[in-house]
Amino acid sequence: MANTSESGSAVEAMPAAAGQIGAGLGASAGGGANDRRDGLDFTNAKSGRHSQDKVFHAVAVGCGALILVALGAVVLFLLLRAWPIFAGPQAKTSAVFASLSGGKAHGFWQYVGPLVFGTVVIAALALAIAFFVAVGVALFITFYARKRIQTVLNYVVDLLAAIPSVIYGLWGALVLVPAMYPFWNWISTHLGWIPLFAGPAANPPRTVASAAVILAIMIMPIITSMTRDIFAATPRLDQEAALALGATKWEMIKLTALPFAKSGMVSASMLALGRALGETMAVMMVLSPGMTYSWHWLQASKSQTIAANIAAQYPEADSLGVSALIATGLVLFVITFVVNLLARRITKKGGAR
Amino acid sequence: MKENDKVTATLKDAQAGTIAVDSVAKASNAMVSNASQSAGPTPDFSKFKPSNALLKQREWKSRIMAGVIGLAFVIAMIPLISLLWTTIARGVKRLNLNFLTFNMSGVIGGMPTPSGGHGGIEHAIIGTLEVTLGAMLISVPVGLMCAIYLTEYARGSKFAKAISLLVNVMSGIPSIVAGLFAFSLFAILMGPGVSNGFEGSVALSILMIPTVVNSSVEMLRIVPDDLREASYALGVTKSRTIVKVVLRTALPGIVSGVILAIARVIGETAPLLMTAGFIVTTNWNLFSGQMTTLPVFVYQEYSKMSVTCPPNAGPGCVASIPSERSWAAALVLIAIVLVLNLVGRLVQHLFSVEAK
Repeated sequence: MANTSESGSAVEAMPAAAGQIGAGLGASAGGGANDRRDGLDFTNAKSGRHSQDKVFHAVAVGCGALILVALGAVVLFLLLRAWPIFAGPQAKTSAVFASLSGGKAHGFWQYVGPLVFGTVVIAALALAIAFFVAVGVALFITFYARKRIQTVLNYVVDLLAAIPSVIYGLWGALVLVPAMYPFWNWISTHLGWIPLFAGPAANPPRTVASAAVILAIMIMPIITSMTRDIFAATPRLDQEAALALGATKWEMIKLTALPFAKSGMVSASMLALGRALGETMAVMMVLSPGMTYSWHWLQASKSQTIAANIAAQYPEADSLGVSALIATGLVLFVITFVVNLLARRITKKGGAR
Repeated sequence: MKENDKVTATLKDAQAGTIAVDSVAKASNAMVSNASQSAGPTPDFSKFKPSNALLKQREWKSRIMAGVIGLAFVIAMIPLISLLWTTIARGVKRLNLNFLTFNMSGVIGGMPTPSGGHGGIEHAIIGTLEVTLGAMLISVPVGLMCAIYLTEYARGSKFAKAISLLVNVMSGIPSIVAGLFAFSLFAILMGPGVSNGFEGSVALSILMIPTVVNSSVEMLRIVPDDLREASYALGVTKSRTIVKVVLRTALPGIVSGVILAIARVIGETAPLLMTAGFIVTTNWNLFSGQMTTLPVFVYQEYSKMSVTCPPNAGPGCVASIPSERSWAAALVLIAIVLVLNLVGRLVQHLFSVEAK
């Protein structure tokens, strides 16, 4: 608001400025030293322009500080609204947790534990699936695709990163999940001796594995677009030196681009992990929820994520139930905060750019 | 630098091959001239030959990796093409003027409405536009002024560093947490049970501000200092320099950044689900009453999945209408996001200072 009014007044003030500049120029041409000093002296704090200058400065500082206030407000109001569940009488809160978890948990940590486990496992699995494919795509775009295709692919990747998660969820639930069943079934029959893939595979496979795949598809464009930018920034001379020494194309990539982009790739995947941890709709629409510490990725109703749990339980929760859900939201906030901070730390330390 | 050393070190193998070829050539030249003069013992030339097997192996490895990278690309494209194709193919079925110009009031099960359609998304489109506009009105001034503060007033200062760290932290806030924040804020300040479009705008602006700040900071940074100094030299005040020179120069980039930020938040579902709510009628008032938005509509229709048609219903009753409406609304949403993205890039391309 302040900004628009500011620019409005500046537009009005524009002719005045032009006049002044003109006056300054005229003065230099025709003499009149006083005028010139007036036009160029900007330490004169008494004129109206300078108070305007100060207001503008104050507004800018205020908006900077507002970021601090907003972030503080997020934490403060979440804490305030979550407080009743920690301060309330024991019997009441344990009843709330029991009703939220279907009788499995009676305390906050007991309730949030499996949710944290599910959130972290699904996000990590999604990252493990997405990372190599995403880096492969980024390498393909930067080093293998032709110039014209390159620009088209860049647009496509950016567009895919912007597709709303609810559409990924819709597609995942109605197209991907049914299509994945034969694959999961095959894995559980042939690799079932590994506990992770223990069968029988659920049908429809609304499982941790499917949720991880849909999340992987969602975060892939994010990793790709970030690593692509770093690959593209690899020093041209390094690449040409490698090729001139007789390196093959892959050796060139391995020796120049990958070491150059190492820290960037790690921080990109951390940011993508942060996105995957907080993803709500796609998980909620694909996963059949459960509250266990199970590692059986192909069986349904084993895990649930914090974000999806909030969105799913929120409509039916009473006031104290909402407090409990907001408390889990705070836990999610802390987890993503740590992951994001780590990502920034790595970028800074790596200092590739 | 370390990488460079590694490059040279590891490339010695490759170099060795070339050197070997050279020495073989020289040696053989010498030998040939010697041999023509006197018939001495012929040396074993094969000893000097570069190992063809090694060269071939490296060449093959490169080819295999190219194949793997190509395969990764193909694997990545399959789901994405499938997603776009399914949305378009299933979405066009119900996407018509009736769908775009009517809301969901008076829709009973799978029966057709008096207007001849099966309900529509007019209310959701209005809701999405108003909620997003509200978020924009909050976050663009704040984000832009914050970016101006970071680049023009406090470049490199401690407070500025702290602020930009916080902006990054803020950009990592999960959307559901932003929704919970707006919900808590309104519940505490205005009493429980409040649900209106503006609450959704507040939630979205929490997600939008960091994006706007980051893209604007980037754009303001590339404005050359010469321009600022030229302006100061003419006696123009700092605020007017910023508005008339710096912002004017960076405008295309800032506008495109804002458009891309809008494209990002316009598809947010979870925060709106818990703040703006869901109704079947059109609500024009952002500040009172629940408001349906497009992503929430997609989700709500998806969770209904199908309706039961009574046995005496005519052929007009469509049992699978909710999921069909869901796909059509998803198509509209994708189209909006696509158009916003294209417009954003176009603005940057056409009006940017470097390009022209």
